[in-house]
Amino acid sequence: MPSATSSQTIGPFWHLIEHPEWADLTRFGAAGSKVTLSGSITDGDGNPVTDAAVELWQSDPPSDESFPGFGRCRTDQRGEFRFTTIKPGPVPGRGNAQQAPHFAIALHARGLLKALMTRAYFEGDPLNETDQLLSAVEDPRRRGTLLARPEGKDRWRLDIRLQRGPHGETETVFLDI
Amino acid sequence: MQGEREAAPFRPYPPGTQPAYDVPGYGSTHKRHPQEPLVQLPHTVTESIGPHFSSAHFPPIPDLSLVDGKPALGERIIVHGRITDEDGRPVSNTIVEIWQANASGRYQHPGDQHDAPIDPNFRGEGRVYTDDQGWYRFTSIKPGAYPWRNHHNAWRPNHIHFSFFGSGFAARLITQMYFPGDPLLALDPIFLSIPDQGARNRLVCALDMTVTEPEWALGYRFDVVLRGREATPMES
Ligand SMILES: [Fe+3]
Repeated sequence: MPSATSSQTIGPFWHLIEHPEWADLTRFGAAGSKVTLSGSITDGDGNPVTDAAVELWQSDPPSDESFPGFGRCRTDQRGEFRFTTIKPGPVPGRGNAQQAPHFAIALHARGLLKALMTRAYFEGDPLNETDQLLSAVEDPRRRGTLLARPEGKDRWRLDIRLQRGPHGETETVFLDI
Repeated sequence: MQGEREAAPFRPYPPGTQPAYDVPGYGSTHKRHPQEPLVQLPHTVTESIGPHFSSAHFPPIPDLSLVDGKPALGERIIVHGRITDEDGRPVSNTIVEIWQANASGRYQHPGDQHDAPIDPNFRGEGRVYTDDQGWYRFTSIKPGAYPWRNHHNAWRPNHIHFSFFGSGFAARLITQMYFPGDPLLALDPIFLSIPDQGARNRLVCALDMTVTEPEWALGYRFDVVLRGREATPMES
């Protein structure tokens, strides 16, 4: 059997399939505690990435007709994105472990020939201490790139850096899945 | 919804079949590729299941070649194909997103500054679902080549952009379909970013006279393979 089809860049003109309402995962009337996740994407020069498609997927709460579990948002002229969704709970990890609540994030953009995958956890969640992925990232500065920070009630922020910055800023942890 | 099979991890991609992040011939990768090693993440439920799209919430758009019943300019085409996983199983009822330039090589997009005409009757976006056997099909216009600024006199080969989800988030795939016999393919750093020549050539569709409709449209076939699962479950 042939191997999986090769990836190619989403390119700069993917907005033809953009539907801004997809950034609100609660639009079909999902029940649960609403949160927002906003943030920015910057490149290796510290410039905003203004043409990215940011995709958010969560395996909890389980998706159904009222909750797609998946959203897509463009980055704007400042490199900013913003999702509204339902706060996830813990989900099973490997073995008997539990994973801390998290979102999966896929970045697609001009200059990315395949998706960049990362996660957003919630800073301060007690389950973060035992989460298998967070524990595997030993450098605390790098681990911190996976933690969304509270910005007020039910508002969280995660800034993403595609590369080390010109002044030693920490590159976001990207995942080989 | 998710049985044992759905939760099985996906297999790794065979070497050479996927492009790298850092491709010197494609300038936009320079400041956008990660420099730190990626962190390995064995698949959990988050990676091994994925979104399901219902046609009630995400209605199909099977014909890009018309707006308000008025036909777009250019060469009308029918594109179809089958989506399977690496074990040859059909990926049924999955969403396929499509977008492309018009016959002149122009995207209906504020960022596209190419001096080629907009076609108000060309719909740049499509969306279809596979049937029970993994088949999809849509009608469109053959997209034109267009210039880009990657290097001097750079032109993209004719291509259609595709987005696939499959059965788990780790199988998410965005790619481009190319046309047979296009001399620009040999010059295109995006196409050439795939090291394995056989894998690369599977992005080129084939003329298909079985779906070509007399006096109406040429047909092309583009089959897609999504990642297979690691553990082969007990089945049938
Ligand atoms: Fe394109």
